[in-house]
Order: sequence, then structure tokens, then C-alpha cells
Amino acid sequence: MADRADVDTRLAEVLREERSRLIGALVRILDDWDLAEELVQDAAVAALEHWTADGIPNNPGAWLMTTARRRAVDRLRRRARYRERMAQLTAEAREMDRPVATDGPMGADDRLRLLFTCCHPALNREAQVALTLRTIGGLETAAVARAFIVPEATIAQRLVRAKRKIRDARIPYRVPDAAELPARLAEVLSVLYLVFNEGYLASSGEAAERRDLARDAEWLTSLVARLMPDEPEVLGLLALMRLHLARADSRFAPDGALVLLRDQDRSRWDSAAIRDAMGLLARAERMGRPGPYQLQAAIIAIHALSSTWEATPWDAVVAGYDALLRVQPTPVVELNRALALAERDGPTAALEVLARLADRLDGYHLFHAARGELLRRAGDVDGAREANTRALAMTSNPAERRLIEERLA
Amino acid sequence: MKYMMLIAGNEDVWASRTPDENAALYQRIGRWWAEESAAGRVIDGHELEPSPTATTVRIGADGGTTVTDGPFIEGKELVGGFGILDVADLDEALSVAASWPVPGDTLEIRPIVERG
Repeated sequence: MADRADVDTRLAEVLREERSRLIGALVRILDDWDLAEELVQDAAVAALEHWTADGIPNNPGAWLMTTARRRAVDRLRRRARYRERMAQLTAEAREMDRPVATDGPMGADDRLRLLFTCCHPALNREAQVALTLRTIGGLETAAVARAFIVPEATIAQRLVRAKRKIRDARIPYRVPDAAELPARLAEVLSVLYLVFNEGYLASSGEAAERRDLARDAEWLTSLVARLMPDEPEVLGLLALMRLHLARADSRFAPDGALVLLRDQDRSRWDSAAIRDAMGLLARAERMGRPGPYQLQAAIIAIHALSSTWEATPWDAVVAGYDALLRVQPTPVVELNRALALAERDGPTAALEVLARLADRLDGYHLFHAARGELLRRAGDVDGAREANTRALAMTSNPAERRLIEERLA
Repeated sequence: MKYMMLIAGNEDVWASRTPDENAALYQRIGRWWAEESAAGRVIDGHELEPSPTATTVRIGADGGTTVTDGPFIEGKELVGGFGILDVADLDEALSVAASWPVPGDTLEIRPIVERG
């Protein structure tokens, strides 16, 4: 006998870790996503019953795998083509009966295959995000819907369409080969970073589910980092997320107002998390293949390691943006570089850069907010007011609106 | 698994190239077709006459027909040819499409329904 509450907690933990491995293995055997998900669900229900009656097994992941696989075999028996599949299954049976070790090469493979299929470029971005969160992250459809503030039916529809396309257009269930890997991995990482930002940029007043997305994305990225330990950009993205999360608590005042980096209470930053992120980044850098996520993390790391705003080595920050611009020459990166330049050389130097960016960033609220602040510091009160008014008209995030309104007051 | 690869391009761009440039392009297309056919990835396909030769037939709700001059989609990008691919999966189909030699063209890959 085991306590029902203990079983609930343990099962939730195990499912989080093992769910994608289970689904991945079943998809490979059955070639049917819906059935795979259904069987994992069935196995979880069975676990609740059996573990409560007989105690939690020593290797709960293996228990779930064995149970789900038996059910898969039952289903296959009822199918016409079962002989052909049974042969494959028998060949794999010995492998699958092995206890599910933390990261056995085969289990790892299944989860990666699943992830690369979820993030296949033939699926649109919304579908990639929904599939990844649902299938790998294990979020309920309703939770995905709440996090993205869209109706549950919309997410359900996206999932149905995506799975239908995977089946009918035969999107392969595999890890891309070496030639395709860089582009396909970049696709996976941008899905994860998008999910992270959806959560991280959500203001404090918004639904908690939304902010939890940042933690979900961080967990998914740490999974990819465990499965692909030799990919420096995965480590770079993980470091970037952890550096952001390390100061998440200091981003909002108790009344929900946004606190800018300059004014944050740095004693509240999580120094253990920062050290951990620095370790990841160092590991990535040793691999000698820099990329946009590593470079962004390196810039955030400079801030994370500076004891005060005033003590920030702005030369290093500007150099960090120079390096980032070489691989990611976008106007938003140039804008961020200009803001570091303002700290190093004063507002006038930065305003000259902004003048060159105006036509490309005219529709971006943070461009006008940044310009307003720089003009104020340069002593141009009217110009500052005009820029902030434009920024306010483009901003919907309540915390950001409040900040601009205070500047206008 | 069979897919249809629809090949669309801008006819104005073709018209704006010099005869020499077009001849060179046709040579590359011919080579592409020969290679992909020899590899068994492309099993059929044709170039189509330009869109002014197209005629559209619409079957009305009442079963009556209307015949009009021109293609049924108006636009800059017009279907100018197609290939039938026989490959393992979408990734292989996408890599065949990605090797198409005409700059500026757009390709659409659609699975072919095979019943029975």
C-alpha cells in the first residue's frame, strides 16, 4: 500500500520526465500519435491504481513503459498488419524491457525524434509551439490555451491539424542528419525561446499560467541540453533563460510595477542560478562554435556579474553587441547596442545611431520609449514627450504602459 | 510515398531574361530532370505552356458550365509545371524541391492520395 497523495506526486514527477520518452517509443512502434498519447494516459491511470495498491515500483518509468507497451501490443493484435509490426516489436522487446535508465541512448533518441517532428519546418509556428508543449511538455490542451490566451478549441484544432499533417504528408519521425541539423536545431531553439518569452515578458498582473511558460521552456531546454550535450547553442539558450530567471523576482515591484534593470535590487538576484548559468556558458564557449544564444547570454552575464548599474563595464557590453551584430544583424540588436553606447559615451552618440534606425523601427514601441529616455537625458524635454507619447500609443502591456505614463507625468 | 510538386514562377521574370540566359536555365532544368529521374525520385512531370494559353472551366452549383480565358488563380506567381515525386517522406521531397535550379521560383509539395 502507498499513500494516494504520494502516488499522485510521484506519478506527476515521473510523467514529466518520462512522458515524451513513452510517447516517442510508442509513436515509433505504432506510427499513430493519438493512439500513443491515449496509451500513455491509460498507463498513467493504471499506475495510479496499482501503485496505490502495491506500492510505488523501484523504477516507475520502466513500469509505465512496460504497461504502455503491453497495451500497444494488445492494440496491434487487433490490427490487420499486425504480423509485420509484431516482428519489429519483438526485435525491440529486449531493448524495451531494460530498465529505463536516466538517459539510455535509445530513450534519448525517441524524445529527440519527437521533438524534431513537433518543430518540423513544414508545420507553422503556432502548431510547433502547441505540439511541443502538449507532447513533450505534457501540458493539457486547456493549460496551453490559458497560457496563450486563446480559446481551448483553437489549440485543440491546431493540434488535430498538425497531427493530421504529420500523418498525411508523412513528416518523418527522426532526428535530422548532420547536414540538416544546424537549421533544424535552430528551429527547435526558436520555438523554445518563443515559449520562454511569452512567459517571461508577461506582466505580473497576468495569469500565472502565462508566467509559468518561462519555467516550462527552461525545463524543455534543459531536457534538450541533456539529450544533445555537444550543441553549444542549446547550452547558450539554457544559460540565457537561467540568467533571465535568476533576476525574475526583482523585475516587478510589490504593486506590480515594472522595475528596470538600472533600478533592480541586485541582492535579490539568485547568485547560485547565475553561477550555474556561467558554468553552462563556459562549457559552450569551450566548444568553439559561437552563436546568437551564447552571445546574448554572454551580454546578460555581464549585467548579472556587475554589482551595480554604475559598476557595469559598458565597453564589454558594447563589444558583446558588436559580436552579436556580426551573426544577427537586426535593427533591434543595433538599438540595444545604442543603449549600451549611451551609458559609455552619453545620450548624443546613441541618438545618432537611433536616427539611422528610425525608418526600420518606427513601428516598435521600445524604439520610441528608448528615444524618449535618451532625449530627456540630452535635455530635449519636448522631443522626449513626443517620443514617449508615440511609445504609449503602441504599448498594450500594462506594466510597460505604466512606466511610460510615469515618464510623461 | 508520392507527392505532387507544383512549380510556380513569375512569367514576367522569364520574359525579362535574355534568350541566352533562358537557354542556360533550360539546360540546367533539363539536367536536374535527368538526374532526379535517373535517381527514381521524379517519376513524371511536365512544363506547361504560359498562362495566356490556359482556359478555365467552372462547374456551377446547378451543373451548368462557364468557360473563361486564363488560369483560375490571378496573380504574379503562376503554375508553370509540375513533377510527380516518389520518395520516402516529406523530408526527402523537400530536399528534391530545394535542389530545383530556377532562382525566384516557388514550389508547393502536396501528398498524393492513393486509395486502396
